[in-house]
Amino acid sequence: MPGPSVNIVRLVGVEKYFGAVGALTGVDFSVAAGECVGLVGHNGAGKSTLMHVLAGTLVPDKGQIVVDGLQRQGYSALLAQKLGIRCVFQELSLCPNLTVAENARVLHPGIAGWGWRKQAAALIRKKLEEIFPGHAIAPDAVVGDLSIGKRQMIEVARAFTTTKAPLHLVILDEPTSSLDSHTAAQLLDHVRRVVATGASCVLISHLLGEILEYSDRIVVMRDGAIAAADRASRFDRDKLVTAMGGAAASKMRSVQERAAPRGTTPVCVRARPFARSDGIELVAHRGEIVGLAGLSGHGQTELLLSVFRGATRRLPGLEVTDPVALIAGDRQSDGIFPLWSIAKNIGIRSLGALRTGPLISSELEDQFAVRWKKRVNIRTADMHNNILSLSGGNQQKALFARALGSEAKIVLMDDPMRGVDITTKLEVYELIRAEANAGRTFLWYTTEMEELKNCDHVYVFRNSRIVADLRRGELSEERVIQSSFQEAR
Amino acid sequence: MSYLGLNLMLNLGLPTALATVAQMFVITVNDLDLSIGTFVSFVGCVAATWLRDAPLLGYAVLIGGVAVYALTGAVIYLRNIPSIVVTLGMLFVWQGLAILVLPKPGGKPPGWLHDLMNFHMPYVPFPIVAAIALAALVHIGLMRTSYGAILRGSGGNPSAIGRAGWSLLKTKVVMFALAGVFGVFSGLALVGLTTSADANIGKGYTLLSIAGVILGGGEFVGGRVSPIGAVIGALTLTLAGSLLNFMRISPDWQVGAQGGILIIVLAARAMIDQTGRRTV
Repeated sequence: MPGPSVNIVRLVGVEKYFGAVGALTGVDFSVAAGECVGLVGHNGAGKSTLMHVLAGTLVPDKGQIVVDGLQRQGYSALLAQKLGIRCVFQELSLCPNLTVAENARVLHPGIAGWGWRKQAAALIRKKLEEIFPGHAIAPDAVVGDLSIGKRQMIEVARAFTTTKAPLHLVILDEPTSSLDSHTAAQLLDHVRRVVATGASCVLISHLLGEILEYSDRIVVMRDGAIAAADRASRFDRDKLVTAMGGAAASKMRSVQERAAPRGTTPVCVRARPFARSDGIELVAHRGEIVGLAGLSGHGQTELLLSVFRGATRRLPGLEVTDPVALIAGDRQSDGIFPLWSIAKNIGIRSLGALRTGPLISSELEDQFAVRWKKRVNIRTADMHNNILSLSGGNQQKALFARALGSEAKIVLMDDPMRGVDITTKLEVYELIRAEANAGRTFLWYTTEMEELKNCDHVYVFRNSRIVADLRRGELSEERVIQSSFQEAR
Repeated sequence: MSYLGLNLMLNLGLPTALATVAQMFVITVNDLDLSIGTFVSFVGCVAATWLRDAPLLGYAVLIGGVAVYALTGAVIYLRNIPSIVVTLGMLFVWQGLAILVLPKPGGKPPGWLHDLMNFHMPYVPFPIVAAIALAALVHIGLMRTSYGAILRGSGGNPSAIGRAGWSLLKTKVVMFALAGVFGVFSGLALVGLTTSADANIGKGYTLLSIAGVILGGGEFVGGRVSPIGAVIGALTLTLAGSLLNFMRISPDWQVGAQGGILIIVLAARAMIDQTGRRTV
């Protein structure tokens, strides 16, 4: 086994340009055997691009890739696989039409011939049990039928499976973004166990707590270059945020108390999950920010969707007084129109206001787009660019602009801040706060504790029921976790 | 129902099922083959002329047809052109070639082909056995083998398959080549049954094959297909045609009525899908 000083991978002077935009501008990066490197930076800082280069799915314009001490020419995804480098990409890369076992086989050309299905099923089942005990995922389930959290668990487990090729390095790009805190901890503990056996990990996360707690070394990226790199113990939260060039972290904790106490404004949403008669009823008054908490996949998204339907149709057990807009959690499949420009993507919810006569006015649409580009600070040269030219965080901002620019008085948010950097988050929090003060109501499903602190009221979900109703003053991480796991009294 | 009756009713189901399976391979990789109907016509014309008179030339032309299909797949992948555009062009190419080969209806298939298609099995009609064998073969090949999973995966999430180091060019070419092979089988089976060919013999197969795949539980995008379903779908459509004959609906109305049946059946399938999803 190589000693800790041996580099598994070394990138020297790597540059990558997309058109005129430099995604990587001369990056030196290395990973030693048996270490976990935490990689942080804003959206658009170049983390994902760097990892694509490492995994062989993007060819850099310049620079060297050294794996196992040899400089690699014609480095490709296939070669990376053979050299034991695996990557879990931010956008999930499972085939939704295949079963869990078949997806495992995709990564292992060696599994073939008679009995390959059993072999693949055993492989993935064993790894899932090792990483996520009690996962309840059947190897013959079709991936498309599973929740996004389960899909992420499969994807992560698949990256750690081994057949013939050795496993040297696993790159995890936002691996916990769709996991609840319990499964996220299971995964990160597994990372430590793997690292202890001499393999290496690169961990990318926007949850700085995860990075600080689980990495040996932390690399901070900013604007396509490395801004800081040091042992994890030399960093703390504030230092990381400063190195990323973001707003001060302390801002996150000081959310002003709201003036209006509950009950002074009229009720605009009243809902029971799945029209159940047991459990607590969700109530939102005008101008409130209402948080939906609990482990992921316990009925929060379903509630949001039923409120969305309830706005246009009468449904039992549901009362919605105003028009609603939904900000989807899975922005690739439910959010953006990938072929359209940013301006069109923002304007689609407000077409009624952007017309002259029966036709869409491109002038009004452009004005609208420019106004919202300023409001939410979308980083682009031209709002007529394709939406996919934006980084993930900026795409999400465009989706916020779409919802907030509309006439909707109620905004539903389905955990939209997954994988968004801290600066963007803080900007959006402020925006939400300002809009709420102006009389908008927000229903906000989130898996992150920090975000619940922005809410006036928090409902905790468990097994498709609301088991706790916490006012802002009563909110604490312990109470949310307690209600998420325990039986209701 | 008599042996002969079943045989008669299902006879034309076999070429339809073969064409449907060909279409299914293309749909698996998120493409659509509009040229399969005229390709079947072309194969039919070749089978009724050269395959009998100059067998070597005949076989070479048929193999060439499969090669052109593979090439079509490669072009669609490499140039990133929508398959509808390319196969629409090929539709006219095959049509033109069919007319060149056989300008007037006529010709005769080789004797062995006629004998094979009119083979009378004891107890169970040949078309049923052949359809079951076809469904089983394709099901095992596409749904149960390890490379079949990769082929279907390249329809479900192409970039995931590419990132895992598989060649997407190869999957596309394999699927289009398979479509060509089954298109050839379909044309041969059709001519074996009809005993003579005509340049428009397979005209209806393009739409019939697409309908058969969808009816059998396939979806246009996402690599979700079912070979067994596709064969059953093709047979159902054939039977729907016979049903209209039994009901003594005048031939003037039959094509329209078949379309109506198709809409009803597909709508029913969509409704079943929706209720199924709601209970999950």
